[in-house]
Amino acid sequence: MEKVEILRSRIKEVKSKQVEKGDMILSSLHLAQELFENSIPLEAAEAMAEELDVKIERIYEIATFYSMYSTKPRGKHLIRLCESLPCHVVEGPQIEQKLKDILKIDFGQTTKDGLFTLEQTSCLGICGVGPVMMIDGDAYGNLTVESIEGIIEKYRGDRK
Amino acid sequence: MKSMTILFSTDSNSLLNGSRSYAQTMKDLVKEYNLSKMVDVVETGTFGFYGKGVLFQVFPEDIYYSVSSVDDLKEIFNEHVLKGRIVSKFLVEKEKIKPAKRTELKETRIVLRNAGIIDPENIEEYIARDGYKALYNVLRMKQMDVIEMIKASGLRGRGGAGFPTGLKWEMTFKAKDGKKYVLCNADEGEPGTFKDRLILEGDPHSVIEAMAIAGYSIGADTGYIYIRGEYYNSIKKVQKAINDAKEYGLLGNNIFGSDFSFDIAIRPGAGSYVVGDETALMESLEGKAGRPRLKPPYPTEHGLYGKPTLINNVETFANVPWIILNGPGAFRRYGTEKSKGTKVFSLVGNVVNRGIVELPMGCTLRELIYGFGGGVAKGRTLKMVQTGGTAGTFVKPDKLDLPIDYESIKDGISLGSGSILVIDDQNKAIDIAKKAVKFYMHESCGKCTPCREGTRDLYILLDRISKGIGKKEDIERIRTLSMEISDSSFCGLGQSINLPLVSLYDNFKDEFLELVKAKSKNTSNLI
Repeated sequence: MEKVEILRSRIKEVKSKQVEKGDMILSSLHLAQELFENSIPLEAAEAMAEELDVKIERIYEIATFYSMYSTKPRGKHLIRLCESLPCHVVEGPQIEQKLKDILKIDFGQTTKDGLFTLEQTSCLGICGVGPVMMIDGDAYGNLTVESIEGIIEKYRGDRK
Repeated sequence: MKSMTILFSTDSNSLLNGSRSYAQTMKDLVKEYNLSKMVDVVETGTFGFYGKGVLFQVFPEDIYYSVSSVDDLKEIFNEHVLKGRIVSKFLVEKEKIKPAKRTELKETRIVLRNAGIIDPENIEEYIARDGYKALYNVLRMKQMDVIEMIKASGLRGRGGAGFPTGLKWEMTFKAKDGKKYVLCNADEGEPGTFKDRLILEGDPHSVIEAMAIAGYSIGADTGYIYIRGEYYNSIKKVQKAINDAKEYGLLGNNIFGSDFSFDIAIRPGAGSYVVGDETALMESLEGKAGRPRLKPPYPTEHGLYGKPTLINNVETFANVPWIILNGPGAFRRYGTEKSKGTKVFSLVGNVVNRGIVELPMGCTLRELIYGFGGGVAKGRTLKMVQTGGTAGTFVKPDKLDLPIDYESIKDGISLGSGSILVIDDQNKAIDIAKKAVKFYMHESCGKCTPCREGTRDLYILLDRISKGIGKKEDIERIRTLSMEISDSSFCGLGQSINLPLVSLYDNFKDEFLELVKAKSKNTSNLI
């Protein structure tokens, strides 16, 4: 089945739990991003507007307002580095520099091979082990300049 | 009860140290040696302390081990579990986890009464510790009597604003409408705060039970827990707890055979700090951009989908079943005159022991940082502490002995979300200011001009100063611009910017002035 068809059928599923119109837009956008590698393409936005019976402008307003969504294509793996003060004061800036050096990209950019997108995020609520980052759904804590390389390598290995 | 119980903490912080795989290895070993009847391996909430290795507790000995490899774990299994010989080299001194000083601190577990003790994914363990008993009792009381109990306890909102909880309940109860909602604000986004996450992951049923109690009290049949989208682990654990509660008939129709029916669903957020504002959260739940609404009308009259809505923070809810079971008088015994009960603090930054601790309101920063936290990390010197989160004030070490509660803002100490960020002398005030303002700039929703434009102007100003191209007048402008944004912004986000910025300015004015005098361009650690 095409991705967009899968999206339509899954929205129909969640719609059964919908209490009021509009209630399921955020959840549907999360679903779309899972299916379309971390971003929301036009075809997904169109399908959502149709299935949820709302204007496409509303889909886009939400997709661009919240930081977890992206309408710009992103890489296969999404790296989110915490930029809040609690991580900053425990040598966060060094981790930031090292990560940029390894990936050879800046925040908001995707590596040429399409494997990683690097983003900054506000506090992830795991400050007990900062500095922290999340790669997709997995969190990594007590980061050191030495430990980052190995973590990134693990995801590079997935490509094969 | 099995003859040996081994507890692994698997909250989000411990997970990052690998605790889940260690717990699994221990379970596998127990199974391999056919000891399942004798030894229980349990995953529980936080012990409140994070070290370098994985920490676990063994009963009946009541000791803690810290291990950093599977081999260490196997050694303990072979020696302790099989032979009954304590392996002292992996032992963690109890004083370190429950330091003598911490007893002096009167650590009081009301909110965290079950965290680190029960398996949060097992509803029966919650029930065994009087779980859902408060709900049972409440269903035999008059609605207003329950509300009077909450009012008498003096409980106030733990999200930061400190509104009297009982009063909020009463206002929603008195609003006349056929449909009402109970919302739990679990959109925890205040930097340095992770108490809600640990409550949701360590004792989800305490929040579910409290929401049902609130639903009965105000006359609502539907509840939503709005959890931050990034909190994958919390969402998973709370969903399991809701499913279990439904299966046990503790949620759903005719709870405990009464006329009361109540259901709860989770709605995930999608990354927006402003949504932590109660009206913005309702906008988000309705499938809109999370921008705050004009008040009045207040949510208690006109909330979610225009219906009367009660919204409380996770920690506020977690207090409720305890208050019902122990009475408002017991609760009032803790805390200060105007701030009753306890507060869960998260201690972060340049401190030896990072973690969470629950202390009575009115404790001091010194107790938190030197008692529980073990002092400043790497033997460095304390420069300042930010209290209450990024939207909180910075204080110098001369305020370490003042009490913290809702009233302490008069001394320049904000309680806020209970985050205590320790900052050592390696950090420059200008970098801290830039980071704080960047946060505001990034999270501003764009609805009102002072916050949207003002935070950006402030950032540009600080950036210039940090690069050594600022002017002397710029320094004074930090203060005036912060005050202007704070005075004219629409919601709590912009309004709170004076707390961090003015306190930084007042405490470190000389340091800022140095930057506009100095000729060197390399004055900041940041690029």
